[in-house]
Amino acid sequence: MPTDITTPDVPVNPPWEDLVTSALLGTDRRPLRAAGGTAAGPVALLDAAAVHTLRRRAALRPATGAVLPVPAPADPRPPLPAAARRRLAQLLADRSAPPSGGRRGAAPDLTELIPQWLASAHARGYRAPAELLPALLDAARARSDLRPHVLAFAGPRGLWLAGLNPEWRFALRASHRGAHRPDTSDPEAVRRLWEEGLFAERVALLGAVREQDPDAARSLLTATWSTERAEDRLMFVDSLRSGLSGSDEAFLEEALADRSRNVRSTAAELLSALPGSALARRMAARATSCVNPDRTGGDVSIAVEAPHECDAAMERDGVVPVPPSGRGERSWWLGQLVEATPLGVWREKFGGRTAQELVMLPVSDGWDAELHAAWCRAAVRQRDPGWARALLGAPSTPLANGPGTVSLAERSKLLATLPPSERALWVAGFIAAHGLSEAFQLLGVCSVPWDGPLGRAVVDALDIARDAGSYPWSFSGVMGLAERCLNPAEADRLAVLTTTPDEPEGASPGAGGYWSEAFLRLVSTLRLRAAMDAELAQDRQDRPGGAGTATGRGSDEAEGGRQ
Amino acid sequence: MVLSHGGEPWRSAGRVEHKTTEWVLELAPDDKSRAAGLALGSERVWSGAGRGGPGVAWGVCADGDGPPHRTTVDTNVPDYRCSCRREESPCRHVLGLLLLLASDARVLGRVQEPPAWAARRPADRRGRAAAEAPPGPAAAEGPASREAARRADRRAERITGGTRELEQRLTDLLRGGLAEVDRPGYGLWEETAARMVDAQAPGLANRVRDLGSLPASGPGWPARLLEECALLHLLDSGWLGRDRLPGPLAATVRRRVGLTASAEGPAVRDRWLVLAQYDVPDGRIVTRRIWLYGTESARTALLLSYGAPGRAPAHALPVGAVVDAEVTPFSGGGGLRAELGPRYGEPVVTAAPPPGGTTAEAVAAYGRALRDDPWLDAWPVTLSDVIPAPSGDGWRLVGAADASALPIAPSALSRPGLWKLVALSGGGPLTVFGECGHRGFDPLAAWPPETSDDAGASAAVALA
Repeated sequence: MPTDITTPDVPVNPPWEDLVTSALLGTDRRPLRAAGGTAAGPVALLDAAAVHTLRRRAALRPATGAVLPVPAPADPRPPLPAAARRRLAQLLADRSAPPSGGRRGAAPDLTELIPQWLASAHARGYRAPAELLPALLDAARARSDLRPHVLAFAGPRGLWLAGLNPEWRFALRASHRGAHRPDTSDPEAVRRLWEEGLFAERVALLGAVREQDPDAARSLLTATWSTERAEDRLMFVDSLRSGLSGSDEAFLEEALADRSRNVRSTAAELLSALPGSALARRMAARATSCVNPDRTGGDVSIAVEAPHECDAAMERDGVVPVPPSGRGERSWWLGQLVEATPLGVWREKFGGRTAQELVMLPVSDGWDAELHAAWCRAAVRQRDPGWARALLGAPSTPLANGPGTVSLAERSKLLATLPPSERALWVAGFIAAHGLSEAFQLLGVCSVPWDGPLGRAVVDALDIARDAGSYPWSFSGVMGLAERCLNPAEADRLAVLTTTPDEPEGASPGAGGYWSEAFLRLVSTLRLRAAMDAELAQDRQDRPGGAGTATGRGSDEAEGGRQ
Repeated sequence: MVLSHGGEPWRSAGRVEHKTTEWVLELAPDDKSRAAGLALGSERVWSGAGRGGPGVAWGVCADGDGPPHRTTVDTNVPDYRCSCRREESPCRHVLGLLLLLASDARVLGRVQEPPAWAARRPADRRGRAAAEAPPGPAAAEGPASREAARRADRRAERITGGTRELEQRLTDLLRGGLAEVDRPGYGLWEETAARMVDAQAPGLANRVRDLGSLPASGPGWPARLLEECALLHLLDSGWLGRDRLPGPLAATVRRRVGLTASAEGPAVRDRWLVLAQYDVPDGRIVTRRIWLYGTESARTALLLSYGAPGRAPAHALPVGAVVDAEVTPFSGGGGLRAELGPRYGEPVVTAAPPPGGTTAEAVAAYGRALRDDPWLDAWPVTLSDVIPAPSGDGWRLVGAADASALPIAPSALSRPGLWKLVALSGGGPLTVFGECGHRGFDPLAAWPPETSDDAGASAAVALA
């Protein structure tokens, strides 16, 4: 055995710093001094360093007196059922996985289901699983549309965690915008926050107070109104929109004289939505002087004489005097007057005619488009379903011949004033008559999941589009919407569409295969949504509780672990 | 994992074992052969392949390197032959063929008679091999074991040569000063690592390669580099003086240098709780580490398995599962490394954490473990009632009772598991399993307190 590699005269316990210095500079330049004063070589240095290293590692001790973080506030919500917990983990893992190429194929797009899952879990009042909070916050960081859902579901522990990681700062900012509700139980604290808080805090506070006690909110506002900045006043006056009632009228009348034009027009808009307000009466008087029944022929028609000027009083009541370019002054003023007039006035004026009858009356001198458009805006502003129904007409009416406006945007706004089931029926009728190409915007205002008739109309229309031989991606918008909004119970009915049919004459080559793939994805997405709902609906009694439950829960969790 | 072989017994006497992919990869003399063997474990490069019975196979391998090689293997003897002229033993072609055999590749077909070139010698041995003891330098007489002993001696000589060369390079480095290595383009480590591969000492090669990353590891690197150089020197000295070391320590030195050990301890049957499972990329191969805790024996065991590129390692055990199984420990290295034997029944999942200790007990356990293996970087421990707390740029685990703190290892600070741990604690105490060493504590799994009303949340959560 070789003996030349160890040196007997190892220096006696030199300080570690000396060893490092000597090693760094080299033993030729900075030799270690051995016990006898003789210079020790590199081997002796390595021997001593090994002893030091091991001695240090073997003698490690914990540090003492560490400072602990403030614990997260308690979250009393019940935990998720085990299956739903696994589902969420899977949805979040899929989000961070790299996309698997361009075309989507037949697999459901899990990322699109995250918002629905979060809203559903939050609505059922479940607590987010702690170990998934980091993935949830990461998802919300990447997609700001997820933030309100994620923050509501993540709850106090999510907010606590976000405070520890600078990457999740957005959560702290966003929480001021409404996810975190200010405490309104202590009037003194409310007053202090209102007087001293930041703008965002004050908006949140005003909203919260308004929800509980509309008059108290207005009193807060009145107290400081004269000192607020113009852009803040606009936000504050706008927050009166919720819980608006006749008792707000005096305050809003005063705001009609505000220095800021935007505050004035918002106050006027709010007042006109109060049919009993003085402003509504003044506007009605102006409008009815312009629009009158004309009985000169045999039948009644509507005679329109648009205003000739926009006087100071009209301006004070929120009428904008200068029209956008390309529009005539008089029709612009007329539109604003009719829009701000309570719709009930017209029935009186026209001998008790209903909205349906009124929209069918002929209008003189080509004013019909202008008048009907103004009625549409009035119906939306005053949330009047009777008028909305009349203005929408029958869904099968050809697009160009309808009463009122034909703009899809206006129609979807009118639809929004109808009860959900009626909305769905109307859109179903629309799709049956006109197909899907114009329906996307209208589908957006229907409540989810779609009612039976609407779902069937969409599926039938997709089936017809397939038979027409075009490619499915012309309908990818509606397809995507259908995946998220169709009632999951429709999946079985749809399964028959997933087969690849014979290609019809003149079809785009290969379209049939793509269609069956698209339907396959639709069906699998619906099945997945049904499964997700069922998991979240699992009765809490199903879940084992307490210490003796490990194996009960284990049996289903072990499935994933088997080879 | 025992496979059935079409009903025709090649040999009726003796215990026939199916060799696993892990076993084959362990057999490789070095990383290079292992990677090459994995590449040749593909059905495409083999022709005229077949199998003669459990553990016996042959085939012609066209790897594009000269004429095709004729390869035969018989794991029962064992006997590996190949017409290539490579020095490593077993060669890459043998490894490739063994991998085909281990994965029950279709190219091998059903059991058949071997062709003439492959038939001669296996047929000679049929009678004797059945009674043969496991291979090893000290095994019974006979040409095969004598040959094996000669091979082992040759390899030991090469390693000795390697350690001397490494000692020379270390002393030269220390003479000139560590400051040298901070210069750009310093190529000593890669070259030295390659020399250690040539010397068939993969353990030394890996350590040398790791040294190369230290000068870029931030302030204080000279001290860290000196520590690792000193430990490498200690390993060299241990190898050169291994005859004078106590048996277990000598075994540790052999394993650290890179000689493969085998699972030879008596098997322990227990209900094993899976504490952690994580994969470490290792060149083209993925190494999977699984930590087990014996709920009755109170032993901790480490299973290693390997995955070829694009394939997952063989074992997959969910954290928190309890597996009734036999586990066979390896020799050396504190007795942690083990091999998974037969399993009984399906795993069940438990929410119960393993028993834990304090932070002081954790570092003390690491210190004790260093007596058996001075090259140990960390030791598996469970901490109970600790709270993650931020501290400067990093995090610490703080004992709830005594406010004593262990730093979390820097490598764990950038992993998503850290935030899972923090979220799970919510500022309260929990049980954490991890590897505790001189770089700090690396958390691998956590259990929230049982007092939590959330039955689902008190299950184990993997952090690695």
